[in-house]
Amino acid sequence: MIDPSLFLLNLTLFVLAIFLGVELINKVPATLHTPLMSGANAVSGISVIGALFGTQIVMQDGGRSVASLLAGVALMLAMANVVGGFAVTHRMLNMFKKKS
Amino acid sequence: MWIPFGYLIAAVLFILGLKKLSHPRTAPLGNRLSSLGMVVAIGTALVQMEFGSGPITNWNLILLPMGAGALIGLVLACKAKTTSMPELVALFNGFGGAASALVASAECWKFVEASELALPDPFTKTIAFGAAGFSAIIGWCTLTGSLLAVLKLLGGVSIFGKWWAAPTWGPAWLNVVKVLLVALVVVLTVALVNDPRDARWPILLLASSSVFGVLLVLPIGGADMPVVVSLLNSLSGIAAAFTGFIINNPLLLVAGSLVGASGFILTIVMCKAMNRTLSGVLFQPYTAHASEKLTRTKVGSDPEEVAMVLDGTRKVIIVPGYGMAVSQSQHVVKEFAELLAQKYDTEVKYAIHPVAGRMPGHMNVLLAEANVPYEQMVEMEDINSEFPECDVALVIGANDTCNPAAREETGPLAGMPIINVDQAQHVVVVKRSLGVGYAGVDNDIFYMNKTMMLFGDAKTMMGQLNKALAES
Repeated sequence: MIDPSLFLLNLTLFVLAIFLGVELINKVPATLHTPLMSGANAVSGISVIGALFGTQIVMQDGGRSVASLLAGVALMLAMANVVGGFAVTHRMLNMFKKKS
Repeated sequence: MWIPFGYLIAAVLFILGLKKLSHPRTAPLGNRLSSLGMVVAIGTALVQMEFGSGPITNWNLILLPMGAGALIGLVLACKAKTTSMPELVALFNGFGGAASALVASAECWKFVEASELALPDPFTKTIAFGAAGFSAIIGWCTLTGSLLAVLKLLGGVSIFGKWWAAPTWGPAWLNVVKVLLVALVVVLTVALVNDPRDARWPILLLASSSVFGVLLVLPIGGADMPVVVSLLNSLSGIAAAFTGFIINNPLLLVAGSLVGASGFILTIVMCKAMNRTLSGVLFQPYTAHASEKLTRTKVGSDPEEVAMVLDGTRKVIIVPGYGMAVSQSQHVVKEFAELLAQKYDTEVKYAIHPVAGRMPGHMNVLLAEANVPYEQMVEMEDINSEFPECDVALVIGANDTCNPAAREETGPLAGMPIINVDQAQHVVVVKRSLGVGYAGVDNDIFYMNKTMMLFGDAKTMMGQLNKALAES
């Protein structure tokens, strides 16, 4: 159930977070462009939450084979994005650390 | 009731993490904070599922895919060479987009499969299926676009022993096709909202947005690939945010739009560095020029000759490019710099072009891996004025980023800022051949009288040069 007030609240969050994102990433040295892109990419794996709830909808509405398969694959891909993304960023940043 | 509080903590951790990730000193902490945020987020979601919206009846459906995904991600991340990290980021990005699209599709398909399941009220239906449509569109086109970008970064793919080069193709009329495709997916989304039980809509959405993703990346070649990867990164965030509208999850909304916005800003920063506009990168028709005939020739030099030129130099600027990344020669290059400093007390600096390699900051990452001091890596704008007083400019596997053709009015490189290698007293180029670079344009620098070419793999040639230098 989505009522108009809930939708407006969501929309507010969405728009404010966009402004926040623009301000956050204002001045970044070129050195950090790759790690930052990679780290942000890992955060975008937040769709793992969506995939988790996707599996639940499937569980509650009975064993829908195609829908559950879609949710399962989504969960796997999102998790690969999250874990791999953070691990790669960590590796990149480690390379910088060694120099000192 | 209090469970969603965890999402607030996770969102704050993401924001702090991204903030800290943009400063060199705090970057590792930033990455840890964001990953902690992700752990909190997943934990909160599981708790909410178990105690809030109904118990989890089938843990296998959750744990098996999660375990498999984590394993895939970890193996890919740890096994990848430092040169293939751009491809990896693009690949993970595609995964993220696909995940969002699949969640949206599962949401739609539920109503296709179960006709007894009642459709929600009109307002919920409009918002949920509208968001599902857009999430699927952006997600699928992120997936196919990213996969094509991976292919382009790799240069091609080997199928049954036969090498297929990644294509770059895009006549002007392709833009019309892209606009029509966008119109089509919007129409399909409206159709989905009107009749969610029809299986055709999600499938047609999948097909048309996949084609759109391919067409978006297909015409983009040359030095523009980093821009595309960054743009796709931004898109995958937006796809996640739209998923947040479907399941009413505030964290998906916040984290998704944060990444969407930051990725977009990074994309603009990169475009500025190349003196281009985003619309120019995306919509300028690609004209084939790779067939440009190389009619000129240049006699190669040997390392001993180059060592003689380097004798007693006061200032040397090293210009690294993708060739250094491919041959993994950053350590040998650093040895070379140390040898020069030791022997002739030479001042050595590295000129970093903002888009050298295949990703912004690519060269910095590689040189940092070889323990090159941070102060020696100088960005293009700051070092360009120093070339006239520099004795030798050593170009290692770079081409387009120092091609004077960029100063001309027309051509694929026109307008891109370049490193002024041609102003140095002497130029030494380490390169496998006289072949054209990524943008497919011949480089005048190779043919100048003051230029010496060292033909060969960068690692081998630099090794030989170090030897010659040590013996001279």
